[in-house]
Amino acid sequence: MDNFSNLMDGFAIAFSMFHLALMAAGVLLGILVGVLPGLGAPNGVSLLLPLTFTMDPVSAIILLTSMYWGALFGGSTTSILFNIPGEPSSVATTFDGYPMAQQGHATHALTLAFMSAGTGAMFGVVVITVLSGWVTEFALKFSSPEYFAVFLLTFASFIGMGSGSAFKAIVSMMLGFAFATVGMDGISGNMRLTFGFPDLVKGISFLVAVIGLFGIGELLQTMEEGLRFDGIHARVRIRDVLKAIASMPGHWLTLLRSAIIGAWMGITPGGPTAASFMSYGLAKRFSRRKEHFGKGEPAGVVAPETADHSAGTCAILPMLALGVPGSATAAVMMGGLMIWGLTPGPMLFIERPDFVWGTIASMYLGNVMAVVLVLATVPMFAAILRIPFSIIGPMIVVVCFIGAYSISGSRLDLWLAVPFGILGYTFKKLGYPIAPMVLAMVLGDKAEDALRQSMIMSKGSLGIFWTNSTLSATIMVLAMLLLFWPGVSLIIKRLRKPAVAATA
Amino acid sequence: MFKTKLIATVLAGALYAAGASAAWSPEKPVEFVVTSGAGGGTDIFTRTIQSIIVKNKLMNVPIVVVNKGGGAGSEGYIHGASEQDNPHRVTFGTNNEYLLPLVAKMGYAAEGFTPVAALALDEFLIWVNAKAPYADAKSFIDAAKKGDGLRMGGSQSKDTDQTLVSIISEATGAKFTYIPFKSGGEAAIQLAGAHIDANVNNPNENIGQFKANMVRPLCVFSTKRMAPGPKISKDMAWSDIPTCKESGIPVDNYQMPRTIWLPSGVAPEVLAFYTDVMHKVQETPEWKAYIERTSQTGTFLSGDELRKYITADTARAYGVFKREGWLAK
Repeated sequence: MDNFSNLMDGFAIAFSMFHLALMAAGVLLGILVGVLPGLGAPNGVSLLLPLTFTMDPVSAIILLTSMYWGALFGGSTTSILFNIPGEPSSVATTFDGYPMAQQGHATHALTLAFMSAGTGAMFGVVVITVLSGWVTEFALKFSSPEYFAVFLLTFASFIGMGSGSAFKAIVSMMLGFAFATVGMDGISGNMRLTFGFPDLVKGISFLVAVIGLFGIGELLQTMEEGLRFDGIHARVRIRDVLKAIASMPGHWLTLLRSAIIGAWMGITPGGPTAASFMSYGLAKRFSRRKEHFGKGEPAGVVAPETADHSAGTCAILPMLALGVPGSATAAVMMGGLMIWGLTPGPMLFIERPDFVWGTIASMYLGNVMAVVLVLATVPMFAAILRIPFSIIGPMIVVVCFIGAYSISGSRLDLWLAVPFGILGYTFKKLGYPIAPMVLAMVLGDKAEDALRQSMIMSKGSLGIFWTNSTLSATIMVLAMLLLFWPGVSLIIKRLRKPAVAATA
Repeated sequence: MFKTKLIATVLAGALYAAGASAAWSPEKPVEFVVTSGAGGGTDIFTRTIQSIIVKNKLMNVPIVVVNKGGGAGSEGYIHGASEQDNPHRVTFGTNNEYLLPLVAKMGYAAEGFTPVAALALDEFLIWVNAKAPYADAKSFIDAAKKGDGLRMGGSQSKDTDQTLVSIISEATGAKFTYIPFKSGGEAAIQLAGAHIDANVNNPNENIGQFKANMVRPLCVFSTKRMAPGPKISKDMAWSDIPTCKESGIPVDNYQMPRTIWLPSGVAPEVLAFYTDVMHKVQETPEWKAYIERTSQTGTFLSGDELRKYITADTARAYGVFKREGWLAK
């Protein structure tokens, strides 16, 4: 077990008072950045980057990764408490986390989220430790057709996920794709749907849409319902935290499935967002309590959180071993690596094992520390909900708009957040799901790029998805199965019904 | 005392603004606008300069780096040119500052900026997968002349990479299918996985795979070979790579300048201040280490020399864009 002895050396490097202090500072700063919408992990890490110029690379990466863990946790907090996801990857956490908070179970939801996030991250680090050599080879097998197949699988796992009408989900998703096309088209280099606004050249920011759709849309609805906010009655007790921790083993199947999905998506690299959505979709499909999802089902918090963190952790590996960042934050850290004088790539493992394994060891320690620190903040955050809505409501609006503005300092973004808020409200009133639209906005242009690159490669033949490799063909079959599952299950039901009627 | 001095400075500034150059220095934090996403070549270029300025105390105000890489960098240029007389906003980029507006309506004009300096020239090479059957650039070009040609990957669309591929095709008659990826890093991985036949990446974009003997360079688009140094892969140093000209591809030189810009409305002494800072930056050992590590060619172009370079570079690209039908209507 060569990796194991390397890891032990890594622990020897990472385990010092200075590094532990850096971890604690990083995690706390990260929680702070994660809680403020619009700031987010990538910005937080870029702000800290100049501080690391004078540090040695191991200390520097420990500070940055710890901040990353903290920010991921902070992002989940706002998703649950205010329905405002701080990161694309914590959108899926709002589906059940926010209803739980509304019903007065904020403490339970937060604790579950943090514990599953910690479990997911741990699973991710173990995967990295065990598979570090093999993962590089696997990731190299991925080209545009395989990427497209993975994205299609994610989209498919979300269509007709159960409760709502599959048709409404498709309408919502198509609108999302339309929003994703705004800005520069990566394949032709032309501008699309910018209507001469210079601010639209960069596209519609996902966070602006989310702040509008979730934050403002939700507030409009709450106001209509007469300022009723059930969370107020919630009392915060340490016992609730312990009770939530004790309920964790009951979710073992969801945890395991989501951790595996996360690891797979982190390595490939479909990324944490695709992982959390897919994991939520599958958790719902395989659950016996399908109808409870979206109304405050604990498993609906466990699944996306586990997958998100498992993927986020595994994404560090392709970054180190291949030089491909799996997430926006990983991209900032990669820039940091180069400034510290390290070259990410296959040789990093051979040239600087002290750095690589020091980093991996620090991920074990950093995650344990992050979970402990963040659990300590649960009572504090849950108490925020006891503030009357007439006070917290306007504050959320202000924070939403500050968040929308701070993303790129563009005034147009503020004006965009308002129609998105109205759109979100209308969607809720008419029973259209918002999630497919958000998913399509996040992954839409990546999926489009992958599709069009594949089409250039195959000179326009769709056959490339089946013939390019067994890998892409397998994923395509899975995607098709998931996509047509509602139809297939309907046919099976129809076939069964007459049979039942005949016997009756 | 301080106040009188300030008033005197302001007065002097007003009096001499048109003619003589009173020394200017920034009064508040300076914003460095990066026209690429985090981790991109321009990002590392900017942050390296930031770290050198901070370490050597070349400026007495803090520096704030902001990434605005949307729309292939146009987001950053729009931001950089939005306040024409703001002396506290410096924009970092490549030759895309004057090439982007040629191919699409970008929301900023190339003339909205005045060039400060070009600090490095990034090289372009033809890379193939290590297991590919091409021994040299000539056999590669010969293979690309047959049938449907070869798959060539690169960063972005109608940008430096695709322009170079078009120049190679035009010069040799080789046929390539160009596949645009998000970044040079992605094109590097696609080549290492043998999903494309070649790319024209900068040294820094492929060095990880080169070190690991996964990809192999065939030739460099420069008038002379790259600087000698230790072996990078198991049997090659940078200086072992022949120039494309000596390998039989009639393209002399193709490089990408790393450039620094100010809004064109700033006073001449502001321009003089930043030119001086950049001149000091490129003299430091840290800068030399960056140039060596990223295998670029160090240079320092400013003033008329830089303007002449930009005019020539634009004219060459214009010819390619016109031939390919990429020019914005």
